[in-house]
Amino acid sequence: MLCERCQERPASVHVTRIINGEKTELYLCQECARELQPQLNFSIPQFLAGLLDYDPELEVKAPPAVERCPECGLTYEQFHETGRLGCPECYHHLAPRLDPLIRRIQGSSQHRGKVPRRAGGNLRLRREIENLRARLQQLVQQEEFEKAAQVRDRIRDLEGRLEKGESSQ
Amino acid sequence: MSLNLERNSKWMEGSGPQADIVISSRIRLARNLKGLPFPNLMNSDQQARVVSQVSRAIQAPMVFQAVGELKLQPLRELAPVERQILVEKHLISPDLAAGGGEKAVVLRDDEAVSIMVNEEDHLRLQCLLPAMMLHEAWRLADAADDALENELDFAFDQERGYLTACPTNVGTGLRASTMLHLPALVLTRQAGPVLSALTKVGVAVRGLYGEGTEAQGNIFQVSNQITLGRSEEEIINNLSAVTVRLADQEREARELLRRQSRWQLEDRVGRAYGVLTNARILSSQEALQLLSDVRLGVEMKIIRGLDQRLLNQLMVRIQPAFLQFSAGKEMTPMERDVHRAAMVRELLAG
Ligand SMILES: [Zn+2]
Ligand SMILES: [Zn+2]
Repeated sequence: MLCERCQERPASVHVTRIINGEKTELYLCQECARELQPQLNFSIPQFLAGLLDYDPELEVKAPPAVERCPECGLTYEQFHETGRLGCPECYHHLAPRLDPLIRRIQGSSQHRGKVPRRAGGNLRLRREIENLRARLQQLVQQEEFEKAAQVRDRIRDLEGRLEKGESSQ
Repeated sequence: MSLNLERNSKWMEGSGPQADIVISSRIRLARNLKGLPFPNLMNSDQQARVVSQVSRAIQAPMVFQAVGELKLQPLRELAPVERQILVEKHLISPDLAAGGGEKAVVLRDDEAVSIMVNEEDHLRLQCLLPAMMLHEAWRLADAADDALENELDFAFDQERGYLTACPTNVGTGLRASTMLHLPALVLTRQAGPVLSALTKVGVAVRGLYGEGTEAQGNIFQVSNQITLGRSEEEIINNLSAVTVRLADQEREARELLRRQSRWQLEDRVGRAYGVLTNARILSSQEALQLLSDVRLGVEMKIIRGLDQRLLNQLMVRIQPAFLQFSAGKEMTPMERDVHRAAMVRELLAG
């Protein structure tokens, strides 16, 4: 399952928020959870104080672990035994436990090498940036500045990657 | 069968930069197809599908333009001894040679470009060139990869790069390696400390036939350990720098030997040549050690009139499978040792 905030990294933290007796559940990735942590505790209450009767009861616990790749059926334990993954999709579905391992053996988790032309690396990035710019404008018009700032950061990140990709070609 | 197993591979040519120490340069790219399990989980239908997709891809005009004509050889059509020869020529891994299933090897005529199909990954593209030609091998592999990618849908992820069966290959999927002859570092007992220091700069050291093998004949293979988080160029530059540095250290050790133990050195080289040209029984172990001494003599110009191409050919031809194949029969170990000695005498006599 993907993080509900960034829709990009796999969700590994399950956050239950109870607002006004109503329970909201959020599945977040580590990064987003870390970024939202102060917000969940402080800014959201401030933000919403006037609007909602906020009950800052927060429950953060480990996610229901996705232990089996739905594509090929491989479990993390099987991978652990053989050292071999079952299919390309394993990288997504076993990510919560696999990514730390990759970081440990590779010292990094971000590919900086060649991008296959067929995957349309640059083209896809450009398209994503265009979409985000449109969204940014929309958010600014709606005066949703906090969300807008997130989108702006994401655009900067993508633009950085685009530059790197172009100079390495 | 279209395969000419007895021909010499490009890497055996023995000429090029740093050829006095660096025997060959290899680039390997691990690639997998989208929408299929990795080979260890594939059924034979799926394996056959990969083989046929690769077979079709290598016939594409773009691939031909990039690297020339490639031919696919299904492994199951080869006898065990024939597969073993491909291992001895460094064209396929022992893993691909062993076991059943639908596997194949793709070869260019000069064997500088090869693809293992359904080894640990769907494709393992290799470019193998003589001497210190890592950058040339990378350019060739990169071009072949681009052309193949035009025909095949490779599993790729923006964050993690090329997705591979083992996370130790994820990212670039790139394993660059050089094969070096380091007899003087071994003789002066520097090889151990020098080579173990390499692991600190992200370089792995292995014996002649890859992981877990002994460094027979003072030949070592060095390769990058990390495949993710660095660009291909960075990985190759790093390995090139390490290789050149190792070659320099080996040259220094050779000069030290020349200065301090000239007569012992020349005696050792001369005796090795004497044994190789006169022995009637030679084990492969002994032959490799003697060939290393003779090679040192050639590289240090103590022996003249022998070239490295011949020494590289000998290194491959003395191996058990090659020997039996060229003799056209299976042999007992003693018969092999006798045949080996005769073959070495004949080739060295020119
Ligand atoms: Zn997230
Ligand atoms: Zn899987």
